[in-house]
Amino acid sequence: MTFFDILGGALLVLGLGFFVAGTVGMLRFPDAFCRLHALTKADNLGLALTALGTAVLAGTWSAAVKLALIWGLVALASATSGHLIAGHALRATDRRDRP
Amino acid sequence: MNAAWLAFDALLLAGILGVAWAAMAPGDAFRAIVMFMVMGLLVALAWVRLRAPDVALAEAAVGSGVTGALFLRTWHALPREAGRASEATAARPAAPRRLRLAAFGLAATLTGLLVAALASLDGTAPGLGDAVAARLAQSGVSNPVTAVLLNFRAYDTLLEVVVLLAAVVVVWSLDARPAPRPVPARGPIFLGFARLALPVTVLAAGYLLWLGAFAPGGAFQAGALLAAVGIVLLLGGLYRPGSGDRRRARLAFGLGLAGFAGAGALTLGLEGAMLRYPPAAAKTWILAIEAVLTLSIAATLAGLFLGERSAPARTGGERP
Repeated sequence: MTFFDILGGALLVLGLGFFVAGTVGMLRFPDAFCRLHALTKADNLGLALTALGTAVLAGTWSAAVKLALIWGLVALASATSGHLIAGHALRATDRRDRP
Repeated sequence: MNAAWLAFDALLLAGILGVAWAAMAPGDAFRAIVMFMVMGLLVALAWVRLRAPDVALAEAAVGSGVTGALFLRTWHALPREAGRASEATAARPAAPRRLRLAAFGLAATLTGLLVAALASLDGTAPGLGDAVAARLAQSGVSNPVTAVLLNFRAYDTLLEVVVLLAAVVVVWSLDARPAPRPVPARGPIFLGFARLALPVTVLAAGYLLWLGAFAPGGAFQAGALLAAVGIVLLLGGLYRPGSGDRRRARLAFGLGLAGFAGAGALTLGLEGAMLRYPPAAAKTWILAIEAVLTLSIAATLAGLFLGERSAPARTGGERP
């Protein structure tokens, strides 16, 4: 067990916490907006910590750059799809509330 | 460590079965489609665990991604009462009991036969792995999967390309009434995403194509990524096919088969056997064929997504 093994493992566990919180939020929160709020935490912070932990465990710069690229793309995609879903939900609520 | 992997595999298997069950359960079609896509991702993970990253990439990109997009596209074209409102689906009368029993019997028999076949395998059969490894050096590439797909069994891949072409020909021949177009998802955030992500995706597709020679990757995975770019462009209304584009698209659909078959004919003349490449230049042949295939597969998958005639057939035009 080197220092990097412990650091990588700790980052992974920390990231896992965000995923668990995001999942619980998606299951428990009442509407689409609250659920999206919970999910973005998992997507951004959870994945960032997981990628960081994996990069530390992999121990090479080329792996780290690829993981950073993956995180960036997922963060971009999740922010965009979150925005699109929220917009759709907003329009759906407007339609429902109108008599 | 072994126990941890065993627990992970058991969870994964249970997850796949659970999601598959949820996808088949009666109810909302949209829910079923989402469950199907989740199942594809879990199956991709299972392929990773079986140490088949090539299949995992293809499953995630084609099986889950592009197929999911095709399903969602179809769902959008469904009449409201057929696939959308769950109340309407619930109110639909169930199939007759005899039919359901027969379907159950058939499925149970097939499952039983599969389990019996699986149990009869002793797990020691060598398969063709050794034969491939022995001749890998002659194939021109160092990734055994690409060596099999594009060299040793290139004929099979050629026929797969025929299947794809047949699929898009059938879909484009269906004269369905035009479906309501999805609302273009335009807006500053979507456009910003498209500007950043699409060029990177094109780059990633090129990388996967090049990588296929020595690591997991190849024409189908790269083509699926490029098709995703096309699908995002179509969805966002960033690209609207004009009348001349359909003709160009048909050319692109046929390009893969034409290029592959052309290479077959050329090698028949040069080396005396179809798709036996000149040994010194095998890698160039494989990469050239894969590059053409990537473009054609991308066009075909995006064409499948675009689907039925987008404009009503004009009278007098386009007779075969």
